Amino acid sequence: MTLAGLFALWLLMSGLFKPLLIGFGLASVLVVGWITSRMDAQDGDHLDIRLSPLRLAGYLLWLLAEIARANWSVMRIILSRRMPVRQHLFRVPFSQKTDLGQVIFANSITLTPGTITVETERDNFLVHALGYDENDDEALAEMDRRVAQVETAGGV
Amino acid sequence: MFLVAAVSLLVSMVIVLARLFAGPTLYDRVLAVNSFGTLTVLFIGVLGFLTGRPDFLDIALLYALINFVGTIAILKFFRYRAIGDVSASRELGQ
Amino acid sequence: MNAVDVFLEVLSWALIVSGSVFVIIGSLGLWRLPDFWARLHGASVTESAGVILLIWGMCIQAGFTLITVKLIIIGIFLFITGPTATHAVANAALVTGWRPSEAEGLTGAEPEPLRPENEDDALDGGEE
Repeated sequence: MTLAGLFALWLLMSGLFKPLLIGFGLASVLVVGWITSRMDAQDGDHLDIRLSPLRLAGYLLWLLAEIARANWSVMRIILSRRMPVRQHLFRVPFSQKTDLGQVIFANSITLTPGTITVETERDNFLVHALGYDENDDEALAEMDRRVAQVETAGGV
Repeated sequence: MFLVAAVSLLVSMVIVLARLFAGPTLYDRVLAVNSFGTLTVLFIGVLGFLTGRPDFLDIALLYALINFVGTIAILKFFRYRAIGDVSASRELGQ
Repeated sequence: MNAVDVFLEVLSWALIVSGSVFVIIGSLGLWRLPDFWARLHGASVTESAGVILLIWGMCIQAGFTLITVKLIIIGIFLFITGPTATHAVANAALVTGWRPSEAEGLTGAEPEPLRPENEDDALDGGEE
Protein backbone atom coordinates (compact mmCIF):
# COMPACT_ATOMS: atom_id res chain seq x y z
CA MET A 1 0.00 0.00 0.00
CA THR A 2 2.65 2.48 1.07
CA LEU A 3 5.00 1.14 -1.60
CA ALA A 4 2.36 1.62 -4.28
CA GLY A 5 1.85 5.18 -3.10
CA LEU A 6 5.57 5.88 -3.28
CA PHE A 7 5.75 4.39 -6.78
CA ALA A 8 2.85 6.55 -7.93
CA LEU A 9 4.69 9.56 -6.53
CA TRP A 10 7.80 8.56 -8.50
CA LEU A 11 5.80 8.30 -11.74
CA LEU A 12 4.17 11.66 -11.13
CA MET A 13 7.48 13.34 -10.40
CA SER A 14 9.46 11.90 -13.30
CA GLY A 15 6.78 11.76 -15.99
CA LEU A 16 9.04 9.52 -18.09
CA PHE A 17 8.15 5.94 -18.88
CA LYS A 18 11.40 4.41 -20.12
CA PRO A 19 12.15 0.93 -18.70
CA LEU A 20 15.46 2.07 -17.18
CA LEU A 21 13.90 4.94 -15.22
CA ILE A 22 10.97 2.82 -14.06
CA GLY A 23 13.52 0.27 -12.89
CA PHE A 24 15.35 2.94 -10.90
CA GLY A 25 11.99 3.97 -9.42
CA LEU A 26 11.16 0.43 -8.35
CA ALA A 27 14.61 -0.04 -6.85
CA SER A 28 14.46 3.16 -4.81
CA VAL A 29 10.93 2.40 -3.65
CA LEU A 30 12.07 -1.01 -2.40
CA VAL A 31 15.13 0.45 -0.65
CA VAL A 32 12.99 3.08 1.07
CA GLY A 33 10.50 0.43 2.16
CA TRP A 34 13.30 -1.69 3.61
CA ILE A 35 14.87 1.24 5.52
CA THR A 36 11.46 2.29 6.84
CA SER A 37 10.64 -1.18 8.10
CA ARG A 38 13.99 -1.27 9.94
CA MET A 39 13.28 2.13 11.51
CA ASP A 40 9.80 0.94 12.42
CA ALA A 41 11.22 -2.06 14.24
CA GLN A 42 13.47 0.37 16.13
CA ASP A 43 10.90 2.74 17.63
CA GLY A 44 7.43 1.62 16.47
CA ASP A 45 6.23 5.21 16.16
CA HIS A 46 2.88 5.35 14.37
CA LEU A 47 0.61 8.11 13.24
CA ASP A 48 -3.00 7.13 12.78
CA ILE A 49 -5.00 9.69 10.89
CA ARG A 50 -8.43 10.20 12.37
CA LEU A 51 -9.83 13.03 10.30
CA SER A 52 -12.88 13.18 8.13
CA PRO A 53 -11.68 14.29 4.67
CA LEU A 54 -14.83 16.20 3.82
CA ARG A 55 -14.76 18.33 6.96
CA LEU A 56 -11.02 18.83 6.49
CA ALA A 57 -11.65 20.32 3.05
CA GLY A 58 -14.31 22.59 4.50
CA TYR A 59 -11.97 23.63 7.28
CA LEU A 60 -9.19 24.42 4.78
CA LEU A 61 -11.53 26.68 2.83
CA TRP A 62 -12.53 28.49 6.03
CA LEU A 63 -8.85 28.75 6.94
CA LEU A 64 -8.05 30.37 3.59
CA ALA A 65 -10.67 33.05 4.20
CA GLU A 66 -9.29 33.58 7.70
CA ILE A 67 -5.73 33.88 6.33
CA ALA A 68 -6.88 36.46 3.82
CA ARG A 69 -8.50 38.55 6.56
CA ALA A 70 -5.50 38.29 8.88
CA ASN A 71 -3.16 39.21 6.05
CA TRP A 72 -5.13 42.35 5.43
CA SER A 73 -4.79 43.56 9.01
CA VAL A 74 -1.10 42.70 9.26
CA MET A 75 -0.51 44.48 5.96
CA ARG A 76 -2.16 47.60 7.35
CA ILE A 77 0.14 47.47 10.38
CA ILE A 78 3.27 47.06 8.27
CA LEU A 79 2.42 49.77 5.79
CA SER A 80 1.15 52.42 8.20
CA ARG A 81 3.60 55.07 9.17
CA ARG A 82 3.56 54.60 12.95
CA MET A 83 3.12 50.82 12.96
CA PRO A 84 0.47 50.42 15.71
CA VAL A 85 2.01 47.27 17.16
CA ARG A 86 0.29 45.84 20.23
CA GLN A 87 2.24 42.76 21.18
CA HIS A 88 0.90 40.26 23.63
CA LEU A 89 1.71 36.73 24.75
CA PHE A 90 -1.32 34.80 25.97
CA ARG A 91 -2.66 31.33 26.62
CA VAL A 92 -5.05 29.56 24.28
CA PRO A 93 -6.67 26.33 25.51
CA PHE A 94 -7.15 23.56 22.99
CA SER A 95 -9.73 20.78 22.99
CA GLN A 96 -8.43 18.40 20.32
CA LYS A 97 -7.87 14.86 21.50
CA THR A 98 -5.39 13.51 18.97
CA ASP A 99 -1.86 14.75 18.42
CA LEU A 100 -2.61 15.39 14.77
CA GLY A 101 -5.55 17.62 15.63
CA GLN A 102 -3.40 19.65 18.00
CA VAL A 103 -0.72 19.99 15.35
CA ILE A 104 -3.30 21.20 12.83
CA PHE A 105 -4.60 23.77 15.31
CA ALA A 106 -1.12 25.02 16.23
CA ASN A 107 -0.06 25.20 12.59
CA SER A 108 -3.22 27.06 11.65
CA ILE A 109 -2.55 29.61 14.37
CA THR A 110 0.95 30.14 13.07
CA LEU A 111 -0.18 30.18 9.45
CA THR A 112 -2.56 33.08 9.98
CA PRO A 113 -0.32 36.14 10.04
CA GLY A 114 -0.47 38.10 13.26
CA THR A 115 -0.53 35.11 15.61
CA ILE A 116 2.22 32.59 16.29
CA THR A 117 2.21 29.52 18.50
CA VAL A 118 5.32 29.91 20.61
CA GLU A 119 5.10 27.07 23.10
CA THR A 120 2.97 24.01 23.70
CA GLU A 121 1.97 22.97 27.19
CA ARG A 122 -0.15 20.17 28.54
CA ASP A 123 -3.47 21.73 27.57
CA ASN A 124 -2.64 25.24 26.45
CA PHE A 125 -0.73 26.90 23.67
CA LEU A 126 1.24 30.05 24.30
CA VAL A 127 0.37 32.36 21.44
CA HIS A 128 2.09 35.59 20.51
CA ALA A 129 0.02 38.21 18.75
CA LEU A 130 1.23 41.24 16.82
CA GLY A 131 -1.85 43.44 16.98
CA TYR A 132 -3.71 42.01 19.95
CA ASP A 133 -7.25 42.97 20.68
CA GLU A 134 -9.85 41.39 22.89
CA ASN A 135 -11.67 39.69 20.00
CA ASP A 136 -8.67 37.49 19.29
CA ASP A 137 -9.48 35.08 22.10
CA GLU A 138 -12.94 34.53 20.66
CA ALA A 139 -11.61 34.07 17.11
CA LEU A 140 -9.07 31.51 18.26
CA ALA A 141 -11.71 29.67 20.28
CA GLU A 142 -13.80 29.38 17.13
CA MET A 143 -10.82 27.99 15.22
CA ASP A 144 -10.35 25.51 18.07
CA ARG A 145 -13.97 24.35 17.75
CA ARG A 146 -13.65 23.94 13.99
CA VAL A 147 -10.47 21.88 14.23
CA ALA A 148 -12.07 19.70 16.91
CA GLN A 149 -14.98 19.04 14.54
CA VAL A 150 -12.60 17.79 11.86
CA GLU A 151 -11.50 15.01 14.17
CA THR A 152 -13.51 11.81 14.09
CA ALA A 153 -13.73 9.80 17.27
CA GLY A 154 -12.35 6.28 16.93
CA GLY A 155 -11.72 6.38 13.20
CA VAL A 156 -15.33 6.55 12.01
CA MET B 1 3.68 38.69 -15.79
CA PHE B 2 6.35 36.30 -14.60
CA LEU B 3 8.84 39.11 -15.08
CA VAL B 4 6.86 41.18 -12.54
CA ALA B 5 6.90 38.29 -10.09
CA ALA B 6 10.62 37.62 -10.63
CA VAL B 7 11.59 41.25 -10.13
CA SER B 8 9.51 41.65 -6.99
CA LEU B 9 10.88 38.40 -5.60
CA LEU B 10 14.41 39.68 -6.26
CA VAL B 11 13.62 42.98 -4.54
CA SER B 12 12.27 41.22 -1.47
CA MET B 13 15.26 38.88 -1.43
CA VAL B 14 17.53 41.93 -1.26
CA ILE B 15 15.48 43.34 1.64
CA VAL B 16 15.64 40.03 3.50
CA LEU B 17 19.40 39.88 2.89
CA ALA B 18 19.71 43.33 4.42
CA ARG B 19 17.89 42.04 7.53
CA LEU B 20 20.18 39.02 7.50
CA PHE B 21 23.25 41.22 7.67
CA ALA B 22 21.78 43.76 10.07
CA GLY B 23 20.79 41.15 12.64
CA PRO B 24 20.85 42.14 15.46
CA THR B 25 20.22 38.79 17.17
CA LEU B 26 20.86 35.23 16.09
CA TYR B 27 17.13 34.52 15.82
CA ASP B 28 16.59 37.43 13.47
CA ARG B 29 19.20 35.93 11.21
CA VAL B 30 17.75 32.42 11.33
CA LEU B 31 14.33 33.88 10.54
CA ALA B 32 15.80 35.83 7.63
CA VAL B 33 17.57 32.73 6.27
CA ASN B 34 14.33 30.75 6.44
CA SER B 35 12.39 33.51 4.73
CA PHE B 36 15.12 33.81 2.10
CA GLY B 37 14.83 30.09 1.44
CA THR B 38 11.07 30.34 0.88
CA LEU B 39 11.61 33.24 -1.51
CA THR B 40 14.28 31.24 -3.34
CA VAL B 41 11.89 28.33 -3.85
CA LEU B 42 9.30 30.67 -5.34
CA PHE B 43 11.94 32.42 -7.43
CA ILE B 44 13.25 29.17 -8.92
CA GLY B 45 9.69 28.18 -9.79
CA VAL B 46 8.97 31.53 -11.44
CA LEU B 47 12.29 31.37 -13.28
CA GLY B 48 11.29 27.98 -14.67
CA PHE B 49 8.18 29.53 -16.20
CA LEU B 50 10.08 32.59 -17.37
CA THR B 51 12.66 30.59 -19.30
CA GLY B 52 10.16 27.94 -20.39
CA ARG B 53 12.00 25.13 -18.59
CA PRO B 54 9.61 23.57 -16.07
CA ASP B 55 12.36 21.16 -14.97
CA PHE B 56 13.37 23.93 -12.59
CA LEU B 57 10.46 22.90 -10.38
CA ASP B 58 12.36 19.78 -9.33
CA ILE B 59 15.14 22.01 -8.07
CA ALA B 60 12.60 24.18 -6.27
CA LEU B 61 11.11 21.14 -4.52
CA LEU B 62 14.56 19.97 -3.46
CA TYR B 63 15.39 23.43 -2.19
CA ALA B 64 12.21 23.53 -0.13
CA LEU B 65 13.19 20.24 1.54
CA ILE B 66 16.75 21.34 2.24
CA ASN B 67 15.64 24.73 3.52
CA PHE B 68 13.32 23.25 6.14
CA VAL B 69 15.78 20.64 7.35
CA GLY B 70 18.56 23.23 7.42
CA THR B 71 16.58 25.66 9.58
CA ILE B 72 15.66 22.96 12.07
CA ALA B 73 19.26 21.70 12.16
CA ILE B 74 20.65 25.18 12.86
CA LEU B 75 18.15 25.77 15.68
CA LYS B 76 18.75 22.36 17.18
CA PHE B 77 22.48 22.93 17.09
CA PHE B 78 22.26 26.26 18.87
CA ARG B 79 19.94 24.83 21.49
CA TYR B 80 21.79 21.61 22.31
CA ARG B 81 25.23 22.21 20.73
CA ALA B 82 24.82 18.86 18.99
CA ILE B 83 23.05 17.67 15.85
CA GLY B 84 22.99 13.94 16.43
CA ASP B 85 21.47 12.05 19.34
CA VAL B 86 20.64 14.72 21.89
CA SER B 87 20.23 12.56 24.98
CA ALA B 88 23.60 10.85 24.41
CA SER B 89 25.52 14.12 24.08
CA ARG B 90 23.73 15.51 27.13
CA GLU B 91 24.92 12.62 29.25
CA LEU B 92 28.44 13.18 27.97
CA GLY B 93 28.23 16.83 28.97
CA GLN B 94 27.15 16.14 32.53
CA MET C 1 -9.07 32.30 -27.36
CA ASN C 2 -12.49 31.89 -25.85
CA ALA C 3 -14.01 33.47 -22.79
CA VAL C 4 -12.76 30.80 -20.38
CA ASP C 5 -9.17 31.25 -21.54
CA VAL C 6 -9.37 34.99 -21.11
CA PHE C 7 -10.86 34.57 -17.66
CA LEU C 8 -8.11 32.15 -16.59
CA GLU C 9 -5.42 34.43 -17.98
CA VAL C 10 -6.77 37.43 -16.09
CA LEU C 11 -7.20 35.36 -12.92
CA SER C 12 -3.64 34.07 -12.99
CA TRP C 13 -2.37 37.58 -13.68
CA ALA C 14 -4.24 38.86 -10.66
CA LEU C 15 -3.04 36.02 -8.45
CA ILE C 16 0.62 36.33 -9.44
CA VAL C 17 0.74 40.12 -9.22
CA SER C 18 -1.01 40.23 -5.85
CA GLY C 19 1.24 37.42 -4.64
CA SER C 20 4.27 39.48 -5.64
CA VAL C 21 2.87 42.47 -3.77
CA PHE C 22 2.37 40.36 -0.62
CA VAL C 23 5.89 38.96 -0.89
CA ILE C 24 7.31 42.47 -1.00
CA ILE C 25 5.08 43.58 1.91
CA GLY C 26 6.22 40.61 3.96
CA SER C 27 9.90 41.31 3.50
CA LEU C 28 9.27 45.00 4.07
CA GLY C 29 7.70 43.99 7.38
CA LEU C 30 10.74 41.87 8.14
CA TRP C 31 12.82 44.99 7.66
CA ARG C 32 10.63 47.68 9.23
CA LEU C 33 9.08 46.13 12.33
CA PRO C 34 10.73 47.14 15.59
CA ASP C 35 11.87 43.90 17.22
CA PHE C 36 12.29 40.19 16.67
CA TRP C 37 8.88 39.12 17.95
CA ALA C 38 7.15 41.51 15.59
CA ARG C 39 9.35 40.49 12.67
CA LEU C 40 8.13 36.91 13.00
CA HIS C 41 4.74 38.12 11.81
CA GLY C 42 6.22 39.96 8.86
CA ALA C 43 7.87 36.77 7.68
CA SER C 44 4.63 34.85 8.02
CA VAL C 45 2.91 37.18 5.53
CA THR C 46 5.42 36.05 2.90
CA GLU C 47 4.96 32.48 3.95
CA SER C 48 1.17 32.35 3.81
CA ALA C 49 -0.23 34.87 1.36
CA GLY C 50 2.77 35.11 -0.94
CA VAL C 51 3.24 31.37 -1.30
CA ILE C 52 -0.46 30.55 -1.71
CA LEU C 53 -1.16 33.23 -4.30
CA LEU C 54 1.98 32.65 -6.38
CA ILE C 55 1.57 28.86 -6.43
CA TRP C 56 -2.08 29.15 -7.44
CA GLY C 57 -1.19 31.60 -10.19
CA MET C 58 1.49 29.30 -11.54
CA CYS C 59 -0.88 26.30 -11.36
CA ILE C 60 -3.43 28.11 -13.52
CA GLN C 61 -0.72 29.04 -16.01
CA ALA C 62 0.50 25.45 -16.24
CA GLY C 63 -2.92 23.90 -16.82
CA PHE C 64 -3.57 20.18 -16.33
CA THR C 65 -0.04 18.80 -16.57
CA LEU C 66 2.53 17.10 -14.40
CA ILE C 67 3.92 20.56 -13.68
CA THR C 68 0.75 21.36 -11.76
CA VAL C 69 1.18 18.21 -9.70
CA LYS C 70 4.72 19.27 -8.77
CA LEU C 71 3.54 22.79 -7.95
CA ILE C 72 0.82 21.41 -5.70
CA ILE C 73 3.35 19.17 -3.94
CA ILE C 74 5.65 22.16 -3.39
CA GLY C 75 2.67 24.18 -2.17
CA ILE C 76 1.53 21.58 0.33
CA PHE C 77 5.07 21.15 1.58
CA LEU C 78 5.59 24.88 2.10
CA PHE C 79 2.11 25.12 3.64
CA ILE C 80 3.09 22.61 6.33
CA THR C 81 6.76 23.40 6.92
CA GLY C 82 6.56 27.18 6.83
CA PRO C 83 4.61 27.53 10.12
CA THR C 84 6.63 24.71 11.67
CA ALA C 85 9.91 26.50 10.98
CA THR C 86 8.51 29.80 12.27
CA HIS C 87 7.31 28.05 15.42
CA ALA C 88 10.73 26.46 15.87
CA VAL C 89 12.48 29.84 15.67
CA ALA C 90 10.03 31.46 18.12
CA ASN C 91 10.20 28.50 20.50
CA ALA C 92 14.01 28.51 20.49
CA ALA C 93 13.99 32.22 21.33
CA LEU C 94 11.49 31.67 24.16
CA VAL C 95 13.39 28.75 25.63
CA THR C 96 16.56 30.82 25.94
CA GLY C 97 14.58 33.03 28.31
CA TRP C 98 13.83 35.92 26.00
CA ARG C 99 10.34 37.37 26.52
CA PRO C 100 8.49 39.57 24.04
CA SER C 101 7.89 43.15 25.09
CA GLU C 102 4.28 43.69 26.03
CA ALA C 103 1.97 46.47 24.96
CA GLU C 104 0.90 48.91 27.68
CA GLY C 105 -1.66 47.54 30.08
CA LEU C 106 -1.06 43.92 29.17
CA THR C 107 0.93 41.31 31.04
CA GLY C 108 2.25 38.39 29.10
CA ALA C 109 1.65 34.84 30.17
CA GLU C 110 4.71 33.20 31.65
CA PRO C 111 5.44 29.72 30.29
CA GLU C 112 5.16 26.85 32.74
CA PRO C 113 8.51 25.79 34.09
CA LEU C 114 9.93 23.07 31.91
CA ARG C 115 9.00 19.62 33.04
CA PRO C 116 11.66 17.51 34.71
CA GLU C 117 13.60 15.29 32.36
CA ASN C 118 11.37 13.09 30.30
CA GLU C 119 13.44 10.23 29.01
CA ASP C 120 11.36 9.17 26.03
CA ASP C 121 10.83 12.74 24.91
CA ALA C 122 14.31 14.20 24.70
CA LEU C 123 13.39 17.13 22.46
CA ASP C 124 11.00 18.51 25.07
CA GLY C 125 13.37 18.62 28.00
CA GLY C 126 15.24 21.53 29.50
CA GLU C 127 18.37 23.10 28.07
CA GLU C 128 20.76 22.12 30.77
